[in-house]
Amino acid sequence: MNRSARRRLTAAALTVVAVTTGATACSSSGSGSGSGGTSTKASDGGTYTIWDPYPQFDKSSAWTKLLDGCGTEAGVKIKRTAFDTSDLTNKALLAAQQGNSADVLIIDNPVVSTLAEAGVLTSTDDTKLDVSKVSPNLLSAGQSGGKTYGTPIGANTLALYYNNKVLKAAGVDISSVKDWKSLTAALAKVKAAGKKGITFSAIGTEEGSFQFLPWYWGSGAQLTALDSDKAVSALSLWKDWLGKGYAPNSVINNTQTTSWAEFATGDYAFAENGTWQLGNADKAGLDYGVIPVPGIDGGSAAAPTGGEFVTIPVQDDTARYATTQKLVSCLTNSQNLLDTDTTLSYVAPTTEVQDKQAAANPKLKPWVEAVKAARGRTGDNLGTKYPKISEQLWKAVQSALSGSASPKDALGSAQSAVK
Amino acid sequence: MKHTTQQPPDQRRTADRNGAATAAPAPAGATTRRRRASHQWTAWAFLAPVALYLALFYAYPLYRNLDLSLHNYTVRSFVRGDAPFTGLANYRAVFDDPTFAPALLHTAVFTTVCLVLQYSIGLALAVFFNQHFRLSAILRALFLVPWLLPLIVSASTWSWMLNSDSGIVNATLHAVGIGPVHWLTSPSWSLTSVIIANVWIGVPFNLVVLYSGLQSIPASLYEAAALDGAGAWRRFWSITFPLLRPVSAITLLLGLVYTLKVFDIIWIMTKGGPADSSTTFATWSYQLGFGNLLPAFGPGAAVGNLLVVAALVFGLVYLKVQRKQASS
Repeated sequence: MNRSARRRLTAAALTVVAVTTGATACSSSGSGSGSGGTSTKASDGGTYTIWDPYPQFDKSSAWTKLLDGCGTEAGVKIKRTAFDTSDLTNKALLAAQQGNSADVLIIDNPVVSTLAEAGVLTSTDDTKLDVSKVSPNLLSAGQSGGKTYGTPIGANTLALYYNNKVLKAAGVDISSVKDWKSLTAALAKVKAAGKKGITFSAIGTEEGSFQFLPWYWGSGAQLTALDSDKAVSALSLWKDWLGKGYAPNSVINNTQTTSWAEFATGDYAFAENGTWQLGNADKAGLDYGVIPVPGIDGGSAAAPTGGEFVTIPVQDDTARYATTQKLVSCLTNSQNLLDTDTTLSYVAPTTEVQDKQAAANPKLKPWVEAVKAARGRTGDNLGTKYPKISEQLWKAVQSALSGSASPKDALGSAQSAVK
Repeated sequence: MKHTTQQPPDQRRTADRNGAATAAPAPAGATTRRRRASHQWTAWAFLAPVALYLALFYAYPLYRNLDLSLHNYTVRSFVRGDAPFTGLANYRAVFDDPTFAPALLHTAVFTTVCLVLQYSIGLALAVFFNQHFRLSAILRALFLVPWLLPLIVSASTWSWMLNSDSGIVNATLHAVGIGPVHWLTSPSWSLTSVIIANVWIGVPFNLVVLYSGLQSIPASLYEAAALDGAGAWRRFWSITFPLLRPVSAITLLLGLVYTLKVFDIIWIMTKGGPADSSTTFATWSYQLGFGNLLPAFGPGAAVGNLLVVAALVFGLVYLKVQRKQASS
């Protein structure tokens, strides 16, 4: 009996040990999968970690090969982990909290100022990264407090796709569409011809603000005063379109992808969408064209810039920055930018590469123009104030379009919520 | 541990001083006490895995959530871990938020309406399938489909069907001459739409549990009642309903805890909008913590904790009902 009791005790003790080690093994592998094995970094100086938001690229992709190639050039091994864009911000914050940030972090541009504010990123002063060739309007998204926290890998923005067939049937000449008035008149003609006018995304997330901004800025409004008369005129434009049936009611719930699906049916005359849909437009066999989003009284409205920044997170071991800087310079040199931005269907961040892109593919020309006119969302020194403003902006758009408040009231309460 | 009894007294005293079994006057007493102690250790050792599991996966996250809700976290202090303690400031902010009252109302309406509909439809179907007609097993299995589907599939499908312009529901309504209903994009309809989807998803659970409850009601009762001339309606209210009460109570309470925390369906279909018209505590908590480029962890955790407290209250009610049933 004594022996069996002891055996029982031993068994129990072993179970405890097994469970505890099992649990710790789980937790360490849990964080390990997130950190991409950076915890072993200190002992393994020859491996550099890169996190990116491009899960669509697998091991055999040109992107992965480019990363490995840059690693070889710098004399180090690359360990790459791809995340979903929406996951990456929180993962990067957690990793920084645990002190095991990646060496290179490629992240959505409006997040850069937030991470910089959190002290997660190094500035280009620290790492001696050269950003002199980058177009200033694109670089502004990564600047805060007079410092620059990375360099764009490419940019995209919004413009208006139009369907030639629908416009022709409605008797609309696209060259007549120059400002809001002529655009609305074109939509009226399209509707009278039994077709659908315009689709966009006004969903209650960052995507909704992103899509509203060209109209908002096109009215001359500034993000510092959400309740200005100009801002109200921009929201009233959208509201009017919904009220008159020029835009479908579903835009309130549309993501940019669902909005594109509506345009791809071939029934819509216009769609506000991004550079990244070019490939799909060709695939859908649409007879389409692209014009910049018009400003209220003509000209092109500034559209917000999309696309990612290559950043260098803060490390305990500052000696790593020299190699990391080599890696980032390699990733963003002209030839590699051209390759990467062609794959991603982005516009390059430097004029030199933009010209090459436009020469190689004339369809990119309006996009290069649009990117040149585009503005960073976190620019104007808004930095980390932008996310709060943006949330109130998309809420106001939703309230007005769904009819729960007038554009004036919706923007008025948005402005008072930001203060 | 046989060898302890064979030890000379002085050695035993050393062992005693070491704390294994203190103040044991007689050898026999010491042995039993030691045995008891070792039994206790064994018991603890067996308990340890569960205790550890509970601590790691339940107690710690709860503590962490409470901790988050009591500190003023910004992204900077989140990374550095030096967020200042602010007491109940996050809770005050949540209570003062203009979203609080609508979110509370929506949570209450969503939970109550879903529960009532899920239960009554589930019960009606359970009684219906209890008739054991031809193909009843196959039909009953079909009713389980919503339960088996991943929530993202059912919610996405519902949001396609309810789309204002290209959804099948509005197309059908149009065919019978009813104008388009903006199911997901009108503040007056969005809550109704998510309730419809959630009821559809919740009916199978009620059906299965209530159906198995019906199996335990002896058929002889119905025969006796029928002989006494009781009609179907009378038999339902005098036999089925009262005898099903314990099962009903559990079904409703489990459903309540489940419905209170429904998040995915609402988030996928409406994101809590438009204009917060379908925001419940569950979606609001997520919206605060993760729905923005700049996460507000403190207030998000505070709303989450309110939800935990609500679920806890109903959990206690559930325990009490269960205990009452056990004693009766």
